[in-house]
Amino acid sequence: MSEATNSQLADQVHPPYLQHHFAEPVQQFEAAKIGMWLFLVTEILLFGGLFVGFAVMHSRYPEAFASAHHHLDRALGALNTVVLLVSSFTMALAVAAARAGKRRALIGCLVLTLTLAGVFLVVKYFEYSHKFHEGLLPGRFYSYKGPSVPGEFMFFSFYFLMTGLHALHVLAGMTAISWLIWRARRGDFSAQYYNPVDLVGLYWHLVDMIWIYLFPLLYLIR
Amino acid sequence: MQKIEEFGARRGEVPPNYLTASRGWRSWIFTLDHKRIGVMYLWSVLAAFLLGGIFAMLVRLELLSPGKTLMEADQYNRAFTLHGAIMIFLFIIPAIPASLGNFALPIMLGAKDVAFPRLNLASYWIYVIGASMALASMFFGGVDTGWTFYTPYSTATTGPVSLLTLAAFVLGFSSIFTGINFIATIHKLRAPGMSWFKMPLFAWALYATSIIQILATPVLGITLLLIVMERAFRVGIFDPALGGDPVLFQHFFWFYSHPAVYIMILPAMGIISEVIPAFSRKTIFGYKAIAYSSVAIAFISFLVWGHHMFTSGQSPLASAVFSFLTFLVAIPSAIKVFNWVATMYRGSIDLKAPMLYGIMFLLLFAIGGLTGLFLGALSVDVHLHDTYFVVAHFHFVMMGGVTIAFLAGLHYWWPKMFGRLYSEKWARVAALLIFVGFNVTFLPQFLMGSRGMPRRYYNYVAEFQPLHTVSTIGSWILAVGLFLVAAYLLASLRKAPDAPANPWDARGLEWTTPSPPPVHNFDTTPVVTRGPYDYRPQEVVA
Ligand SMILES: [Cu+2]
Repeated sequence: MSEATNSQLADQVHPPYLQHHFAEPVQQFEAAKIGMWLFLVTEILLFGGLFVGFAVMHSRYPEAFASAHHHLDRALGALNTVVLLVSSFTMALAVAAARAGKRRALIGCLVLTLTLAGVFLVVKYFEYSHKFHEGLLPGRFYSYKGPSVPGEFMFFSFYFLMTGLHALHVLAGMTAISWLIWRARRGDFSAQYYNPVDLVGLYWHLVDMIWIYLFPLLYLIR
Repeated sequence: MQKIEEFGARRGEVPPNYLTASRGWRSWIFTLDHKRIGVMYLWSVLAAFLLGGIFAMLVRLELLSPGKTLMEADQYNRAFTLHGAIMIFLFIIPAIPASLGNFALPIMLGAKDVAFPRLNLASYWIYVIGASMALASMFFGGVDTGWTFYTPYSTATTGPVSLLTLAAFVLGFSSIFTGINFIATIHKLRAPGMSWFKMPLFAWALYATSIIQILATPVLGITLLLIVMERAFRVGIFDPALGGDPVLFQHFFWFYSHPAVYIMILPAMGIISEVIPAFSRKTIFGYKAIAYSSVAIAFISFLVWGHHMFTSGQSPLASAVFSFLTFLVAIPSAIKVFNWVATMYRGSIDLKAPMLYGIMFLLLFAIGGLTGLFLGALSVDVHLHDTYFVVAHFHFVMMGGVTIAFLAGLHYWWPKMFGRLYSEKWARVAALLIFVGFNVTFLPQFLMGSRGMPRRYYNYVAEFQPLHTVSTIGSWILAVGLFLVAAYLLASLRKAPDAPANPWDARGLEWTTPSPPPVHNFDTTPVVTRGPYDYRPQEVVA
């Protein structure tokens, strides 16, 4: 009896999810958040290099870039934008559910987010295969024979680099969300401890946000 | 926990420390202890330093005489590329933060560990993977682009360029992880009472370093990936034949690589800020000025990259702005030097090994910094660009500055890391050899450069031979000095532990815990009431 109370007391002072070098859960949570935000900064700068390169080449070949973007399917791009925005919303709901300690709602929202991420990639697959079919491939594989302005080739180098790198980030996000679902089913999370859900949520919003910039840049700007 | 105590008890009366608390190779390669990770990093960067040093010796030996001395021209190109790439990516960037910083920072803050111990271990193993890739490139024929990978040569030449650039990409992750860890640790894990301005200046320096690591490294990452893409798919972004722009590569590369020299020098300055007050027995002069100047350097360092492109067809206006900003970055660096000298003024100077290297740093870094101003001046740079003057300037900052400060830190914290004192007598001999050898190697290179000897050349006209020969002989003296350091440091490990908790009577928190420290660093969490450099006579606490 007294042993049980002792271990309960110890759990309150030092719960199992609290790592030994932190004094209290709040400190651990805040440190993790700082770490995640810094990581997101590195992601933005990684894409930043491509955005700068795109801007430089766009200013050098404005007609080619304007003409090349007509090859992209705006409807599919817009559809994917909506899909990702909704997935960000379901991710936010997942974090709210985790904070409230609602396990079933958490798992439901995470599965929904994962599904929407899958839909995004399927749409992207159809877009890519259409480009491949036309010969609008990156670099040395570019073989488009239709009428075009010199320099369109460069647009497609950037198109594939930027959307490809973004798609890799979607895949990484899907892996992280699957891991959350596995842990949530195992019962790891509670209203007191849901740090990983919060952090993956931040990451997922960033992946979404990068697309919000990519879509107008590649599909709409002339 | 229980196991640890039993183990210590069986060994005798000595309480276990982080080195003896657990045994076996698994207890090392899976360790989450920042001290053990720091030690693993230390041996790794020292191995890289040895390898990079061997290539340096080969390069100097080849330059002993004009024409072929030892190797063919293409072998020479590979040798200086490997020297540069190994020294930069495997040694200097991680040397101070990831080895000495990893070991000392949490203890200096009164913390039990860094904020993310698993990320810390991941950083180490990613470093090992990146290092293995870099070494593998050596066996697949070697790379001859120089460590700067300039396009369009790097996208056209044969050899495993993609492998070496991917290695640098992977190493970038390890660097970013260390940076994220240090910032979170400094924000969240300082001991009770340790306000920002009671923090040791080494911590401030590592904070500023981490900011640069986080903001600059991803840009290098994408740049190196673009080189790989260029080689694999001919995407054309840097290829003038396809409408791309090779100077854009230079902009991207130096947007990282100029700040990166501050990733290297800032932690070195942090060490000097620890060593000089400790061996002058004086409070540091201008604590806040040193702390803020670290952050100022981190900030301005992002705005000067264009000084590498004064001769690459950059617009005169841009060059003038970059030149002005380059001069600006000298100000916070000079503030630090003045503060260190003012700290020594009327101090009670004790010329122990760390202090010898500290003073050596002041002399050599001053020369390295001032010659940087020559290169930042537009008209002078046209004359000196891509000559041995640049090589000498760079080595005065990187070897005379960073590596000498690394040696200062290594000698300062060695007793804390391993619990052994080394021979002060041999340390003095080695320091003298290193100082003489260094100057004999690199001072002639300033002369050669100002007379027009281009860098990276395999052959040269006969009039440069005397200076090249002196430089090569200097490299031998330097090497003897460095091997001597290795010899007496390794010899100290064969003795029984003999270092007291505070061999220097220094004031940082790391000196309040036993040498080597226990697994959790402190038996009870320290509470900080004094500043980190309070060298006024203290009442003796029994
Ligand atoms: Cu620079």
